[in-house]
Amino acid sequence: MSGHLAIALGRRYRFAASHRLHSNQLSEQENSRVYGKCNNPYGHGHNYVVEIIVSGTVNPATGMIVNLADLDGFVEREVIESFDHKSLNEDVLAFRERVPTTENVCIEIFQRLKHFPLAKLERVRVEETANNAFEYAGEEI
Amino acid sequence: MEGARVSGWHLSRIEQVAQIMVYLTRRIEFSASHLYHNPALSAEENKRIFGKCNNPHGHGHNYTLEVTVAGEPDPVTGMVLDLKELKEILEREITQRMDHRFLNYEVAELNGQIPTCENIARVIWNLLEPKITQGRLHKIRLYEVPDLFAECYRNGAHAG
Repeated sequence: MSGHLAIALGRRYRFAASHRLHSNQLSEQENSRVYGKCNNPYGHGHNYVVEIIVSGTVNPATGMIVNLADLDGFVEREVIESFDHKSLNEDVLAFRERVPTTENVCIEIFQRLKHFPLAKLERVRVEETANNAFEYAGEEI
Repeated sequence: MEGARVSGWHLSRIEQVAQIMVYLTRRIEFSASHLYHNPALSAEENKRIFGKCNNPHGHGHNYTLEVTVAGEPDPVTGMVLDLKELKEILEREITQRMDHRFLNYEVAELNGQIPTCENIARVIWNLLEPKITQGRLHKIRLYEVPDLFAECYRNGAHAG
């Protein structure tokens, strides 16, 4: 068998937020055509689920890649506190410039979590609803 | 030179078949109890690191295990491996060993290890990998609760 065995830890978090999909680079008609009801000027909301996967060495003394309390605290501070019960467009600086599609939410969360000092961030998955999900692993084409 | 004699259609079809890789996943559940305690650490350190998982009488979970096998479908049967066979391997290696057990005391492979999700996943990987001879074990994902899981896979294999 080739390749050494990798072990990763996955954790799911939740936040509820509102957003409005609207691009400043498009006309009103184009925004309406592209984003449909997601372009409603007052916005709408979702219960988002964020799944993150980190990898690393399992500490033999604890049996853990990372203590969950440390991981949870980091994600809470870096993401959940600034996203939960917020308007993504109004309250999260990154989405003043970028449309808060779930693709962009996924990328933004990855950027915020990739500096986690205790394990390597492998992947972020964001479920906007139970029927659609987006993943980003930091890849650039 | 043999290939030059087959038609273009035939050749491309052969190439296509040769490249097909399918991932199949089977899910099982088992229920088990455990506790986290490292005898090399003081009682206070155990409490600080492991929190309520350090309760000396243990506690339990309904674990969900997803086992993903990668391989080419057999041209005759259309299967990567026979699901019945995979089901039997999982029953023999995992369910019989871990279901309704106290992981610290009753699973020899976890002796001397803290039965965290990471360590249980590694034990499961090591039990299953040599038993899966059709296709190859690609990834396992072990859920301790729906919001916490560990994965094992060989580096270099796509983790998706």
